[in-house]
Amino acid sequence: MKIGRQALPLLFKDRASCGFLALLTGVALVVPILNVAVPESSPLHLSSYVVGLIGKYLCYAILATAVDLIWGFCGILSLCHAAFFALGGYAIGMYLMRQIGTRGVYGHPVLPDFMVFLNWDALPWFWYGFDRFWFALAMVALVPAALAFVFGWLAFRSRVTGVYFSIMSQALSYALLLAFFRNDMGFGGNNGFTDFKDLLGFDLQSDGTRSALLVVTAATLAASYGACRMIVGSRAGRVIRSIRDAESRTRFLGYSVESYKLWLFVFSAVMAGVAGALYVPQVGIINPSEFEPIKSIEVVIWVAVGGRGTLFGAAAGAILVNYLKTYLTAAFPELWLYALGAIFIGVTIFLPRGLAGLWRSPSQVE
Amino acid sequence: MTPLLPRTRGAQATQTSWREMREAAARRKPSVLLGKVLHLDKLTVSFDQFKALDRLTLYVDPGELLCIIGPNGAGKTTMMDVITGRTRPDEGSAWFGKTVNLLALTEAEIAQAGIGRKFQKPTVFEFLSVFENLELALADNKSIWHTMVARLTPIQRERIDEVLQIISLGAKRTARAGALSHGQKQWLEIGMLLMQEPALLLVDEPVAGMTPQETERTGELLLSLAGKHSLIVVEHDMDFVRSIAKRVTVLCEGRVLAEGDMDSVQNDPRVIEVYLGA
Repeated sequence: MKIGRQALPLLFKDRASCGFLALLTGVALVVPILNVAVPESSPLHLSSYVVGLIGKYLCYAILATAVDLIWGFCGILSLCHAAFFALGGYAIGMYLMRQIGTRGVYGHPVLPDFMVFLNWDALPWFWYGFDRFWFALAMVALVPAALAFVFGWLAFRSRVTGVYFSIMSQALSYALLLAFFRNDMGFGGNNGFTDFKDLLGFDLQSDGTRSALLVVTAATLAASYGACRMIVGSRAGRVIRSIRDAESRTRFLGYSVESYKLWLFVFSAVMAGVAGALYVPQVGIINPSEFEPIKSIEVVIWVAVGGRGTLFGAAAGAILVNYLKTYLTAAFPELWLYALGAIFIGVTIFLPRGLAGLWRSPSQVE
Repeated sequence: MTPLLPRTRGAQATQTSWREMREAAARRKPSVLLGKVLHLDKLTVSFDQFKALDRLTLYVDPGELLCIIGPNGAGKTTMMDVITGRTRPDEGSAWFGKTVNLLALTEAEIAQAGIGRKFQKPTVFEFLSVFENLELALADNKSIWHTMVARLTPIQRERIDEVLQIISLGAKRTARAGALSHGQKQWLEIGMLLMQEPALLLVDEPVAGMTPQETERTGELLLSLAGKHSLIVVEHDMDFVRSIAKRVTVLCEGRVLAEGDMDSVQNDPRVIEVYLGA
């Protein structure tokens, strides 16, 4: 393995990466044990609710890492990554809907409840294949990839950059939101998908399945973190940062800036899609609100809070801000949006490098 | 003029008569002069009513160092933009060697074909080390699939070390480019051009903002490159131009106003009127 040999030492030379991966391994080992093996009476017991929350945060961390890769390292402020996340979620959601089978309210063997309710008599063509797990899994990656490819190809080829790209990506997200809200799209309209029963035959409500999903999510986060580190540590990574800082210089050195941007954007979209696919079975619902432009903006705030261009900072930012959200929306529901705004403004003014900048000297920051 | 032999086909040319070669060249493209590295013919670029280039015709011989001077707005930068594919002309043709039509290529393709450009403002990648800056400029496969797994070969490392010597930055190889002085950044950028192994180098105001010592060193550097590469140097500093140039072209209002050695150009009354006298 030529690639592995050169990339792994690089990963382990980096102390922040080591710490991050060690912490992640710890969470993946300890949380399931505290949930499944420790009796409920013990003060060390973690409830399934907390396990679900941690799993959700880890999905957000993958999404934030994807956004950091494209924004922090390549300077492309994408405001449609939550849409890629939702598309991945919808793809796995379609599989989970087909798995319900006759256990639905209407007990139809093929059609999900909402289709029966809408008096549809056959499955739309684009639902074919989603009864197979491998097919759904492929779509989790392919659908965001295809959309990112087409959108990115058009935008980058026309040299749409900066704020114009951000606005267009937000418009894309909003268009998807409107489309998925429509009942006749065949994706459950504003209710989306819910009432999932099982995944690959495992009951989604059981503690074991939830813990397993958490472990898979942690492993996926570790793998995507490693992949991103490999990319940014390679010569291609240096080209990508050069594009961020001096785009036309890079172009005059003979690099096809457009194709670098395009492939990075596609890869990052796939990461977001995978994160969404892990998210949906753990939270048990997917609906069009995930396409809301504000969701993509929130991701950008997580990354800014954690520290852009660091990858682990983005992941940490996602977890931290979402923990605050969980806490504040329960304790002081009306305060949350103000708090989010205040955090963003505070970080922008006082910590332009994010929390990761606190313990990294300026010379170390890329 | 230097021998009219095509640079890459020396062996073959000895067996071919001059007449045949000339005829072959004429069949390829009649307007292209044999043996020129760069040939611009009647280039016109208009921005609204303003003609940045007005039927500009210009050529560069192999290994030549051509200096271009001219007042602000004479079209110097626009000309470089056309050569490097950043601006498309309304009319005219631009040929690199005998076979490369510059107007049909993108910026990246032109760079890969062998034209390097140094910008007026030094643009190096500040967050990368001097060594990494040169690494990125290396003439190599530049597709993302290659750079993702690429490692430097010993030959490529040697080449980088060699260029580090040429631009006198050997001691700074691990320093961040952003920490270099202004003059050192200019040299690094010239070094990055050399890494591309270009046949033609476009150098825009290389000594602007340099100390006299740095200016002198830069002049030596450019002179040492001529011969192996062809160079077009755009510069305002007359003393500097005098010290390096054999042939000087004066641009004014998008056209060639005068051409020749520095003395004849400087004594040309039209040039004195538009430029030197001002």
